[in-house]
Amino acid sequence: MSWLRVVAKIPREIAAWLDERFELEDSVMAVLRHPVPRELERPVGWWYVLGSATLAIFVMQVVTGVGLAMTYVPAPNSAYDSLQFISHEATLGAVVRGMHYFGAGAMVVLVLAHMTQVYLFGAFKFPREANWLTGSLLLLATLAMAFTGQLLRWDQDAFWAVVVAAEQAARAPLIGEWLTRLIVAGNNVGGATLTRFYATHVFLIPAAIFGLIGLHLYLVVKRGISEPPVAGLPVDRPSYRARYAEMLRRGIPFWPDSAWRDAVGAALAVVAVALLAAILGAPDLNKPADPTNVLADPRPDWYFLGYFAILALIPPATEAIVIVGLPLFAFTFLFLVPLLWPDGERHWSRRPGAIAAVALPLIAYASLTVAGIESPWVPKLEGGALPASVTQGLGDAERRGADLFVSKACFACHAIEGAGGRRGPDLSHAGSRMSRDQTTARIATGGGGMPAFAGSLASSELDDLVTFLLTRK
Amino acid sequence: MGGIVGLPILGYLLAPLFSAPPDELVPVGAISDFPLGETKLVSIRDPSPLAWAGQTADTALWVRRRDASGPTMFQVFNVNCTHLGCPVNWQAGAELFLCPCHGGVFYSDGTVAGGPPPRPLFEREWEVSGDRLLVRQQPLPTVKQG
Repeated sequence: MSWLRVVAKIPREIAAWLDERFELEDSVMAVLRHPVPRELERPVGWWYVLGSATLAIFVMQVVTGVGLAMTYVPAPNSAYDSLQFISHEATLGAVVRGMHYFGAGAMVVLVLAHMTQVYLFGAFKFPREANWLTGSLLLLATLAMAFTGQLLRWDQDAFWAVVVAAEQAARAPLIGEWLTRLIVAGNNVGGATLTRFYATHVFLIPAAIFGLIGLHLYLVVKRGISEPPVAGLPVDRPSYRARYAEMLRRGIPFWPDSAWRDAVGAALAVVAVALLAAILGAPDLNKPADPTNVLADPRPDWYFLGYFAILALIPPATEAIVIVGLPLFAFTFLFLVPLLWPDGERHWSRRPGAIAAVALPLIAYASLTVAGIESPWVPKLEGGALPASVTQGLGDAERRGADLFVSKACFACHAIEGAGGRRGPDLSHAGSRMSRDQTTARIATGGGGMPAFAGSLASSELDDLVTFLLTRK
Repeated sequence: MGGIVGLPILGYLLAPLFSAPPDELVPVGAISDFPLGETKLVSIRDPSPLAWAGQTADTALWVRRRDASGPTMFQVFNVNCTHLGCPVNWQAGAELFLCPCHGGVFYSDGTVAGGPPPRPLFEREWEVSGDRLLVRQQPLPTVKQG
């Protein structure tokens, strides 16, 4: 069986040929084998895989994105139909679009998780400040990708999101109106808008991301992977480099001793996204973009819902500050982090302020997201009816009042026995809280966020409506 | 070399900043289409839309017929809520405009009835020519205008 032995030698010979031609041993392999602190062998090493997982999902976004671009038509009169085709007719289209969609959410989550880990481990401190700064730019790019990607769906959510973005941009001091004209690429959202967002989403921002990832990885290797923090062992700038060099002399090679965890982490992230896509498919599109269809209920994707909620909940007078100021403050803070705290304690247990800086925004944004999902401030615009238990056994005037409650859109903001909007108070027991005069006055003159209805209700109608509400004890 | 490549591409990309905003009156319908006391949704078409603009070449407006004739005959509103620009919805029964995004509410004359909007709905200039109602074109943003 000598031919078997010959065949068995082929892979080794190919490898030897390639090795001789490319000489990767002293370049790529040398970089892959760069030493990392020995502590990464321990389970704490699992915390270090988040960056690799993010990179893997990014590569998946590029691959699925190229796939989608093979079919997607970035023109307002075709974009929606081409996406419907991808989602419902193209072979495996729903899975590819699903992967791109869940991948976008995973990017946002993983970038933030990676940054949180780096922040709590104090790994952004000297000499790795530039790693943090390039990472912060990558977060910005990721959010910009998420936003521009949602617009490419060109459904009602997307269309009105562009309008809202354009209107928000107009609030920026001095350059506001210019910014708006650049965003919509003209006078109004129209033929020129979508192609610009498309080019931004598939060329401009990805190009920036490629460059930034290159720089980020260069810095990761050049500055070395940070050692897990030890409480009571602060970063001291004059002595840190010598201490770290000493640590690396006892270190382990990144490849393969530490890299296998990165491979596992990356594979888990990709498998999770692929499973979600395979099971749930691509998210349904809203109705096609149509400026003349005002029956829209535009919502951003889930990770932007918290910001959407903020705009409904803050006092209107503070809006200019929040819309422009809050993101500006958040990102300025992000960029200042390594410059303001380059040395000192790294371990989170010695940095209560750092724990608060992670926990408070996290809790706040989570609550805002829940508020955004529920959106109780949104009037219920589409029709509905009071439950039979409410309308049963009513007298004539009371019944007329109950009809007015629905037809005059009281129903849009007020609920009775679970039916109706949640913007105003629940009126299931209105009759036990207010007298006839109080109720009449409140409906006629409004106040406290409620419109005045004196102009749109005849006095007999107002009487009937109040009579009905007084039955609600 | 940077200039040779950069200047044309910069000019090309920034062109929207230098194009004149539209200043044209566009017909939105016959006066008889708007019964006294009612508020109706109309759509106007961009005078020179790009061929591939599809539905986005249209813009919607709310037209309220207040009087039989005279300078207070119509009120023409942008559909964009003055809060952040979402489209407001006319509830004929309640005689209110409601916004689906953050719950802004406006009376039939466009004044604020509740919610976060900082000012009344934006109105468009209009003109009656013969038996037609004409409305002036307007660019985004609505926020800085009026």
